[in-house]
Amino acid sequence: MIDVLYFAWVRERVGLGREKVDTSAATVRDLIAELSAREERYAAAFADLASLRVALDQELSSFDAPLAGVREVAFFPPMTGG
Amino acid sequence: MRLAVQSETFDLGEEANRFAAAQSGAGAIVTFTGIVRDNGGTLSAMEIEHYPGMTERAITAMMTEAQTRWALHDVLVIHRYGRLDANAPIMMVATAAPHRADAFSAAEFLMDYLKSRAPFWKKEIGVDGTEWVQAKDEDEAALTRW
Repeated sequence: MIDVLYFAWVRERVGLGREKVDTSAATVRDLIAELSAREERYAAAFADLASLRVALDQELSSFDAPLAGVREVAFFPPMTGG
Repeated sequence: MRLAVQSETFDLGEEANRFAAAQSGAGAIVTFTGIVRDNGGTLSAMEIEHYPGMTERAITAMMTEAQTRWALHDVLVIHRYGRLDANAPIMMVATAAPHRADAFSAAEFLMDYLKSRAPFWKKEIGVDGTEWVQAKDEDEAALTRW
């Protein structure tokens, strides 16, 4: 089980901010493929990876990063702080 | 070094005075404050979402990095989240250093990183509806100068 978090318009498209996902995905990209195949709302949220960022255990990461040992995955658009 | 991630507003004058009073031997203090633009009256409020935990972690790392790069006595970052009215303060950075060049550079470095590497997302609430603020290429490009 892995905690998956969504922020900003990714959260709005998926329709929730956080969920537990039972997955054996090896990488972030695999997890995205798994979720996208599950329901249309995920496919809509993950349609354009260029406009998405991912954090693994609260550190920015990449789509090809392995998920082994990761407890928390977060998906969000590029940040707009300041 | 102090970081506050909060929904409440803050008083720039009070924060700057408190920060300055805590320093001794700093020849320069720089402060920057970001304000919600009203976009010529078309924006009524800004909704700022953040990632609790990662926000504190990311900003603390930036502040520590600033302290290793420049000779700083102290650093302060305040960043708000939640619903902010037009013209309300969003965030502030203060740096204290022996000389102004370090204080200015560190403040700019922190501003550039807060924009693109701190997990905040702004949504504009205007008279014609709501819209997520898009990250700008130039904000990402600004990081390359550091």
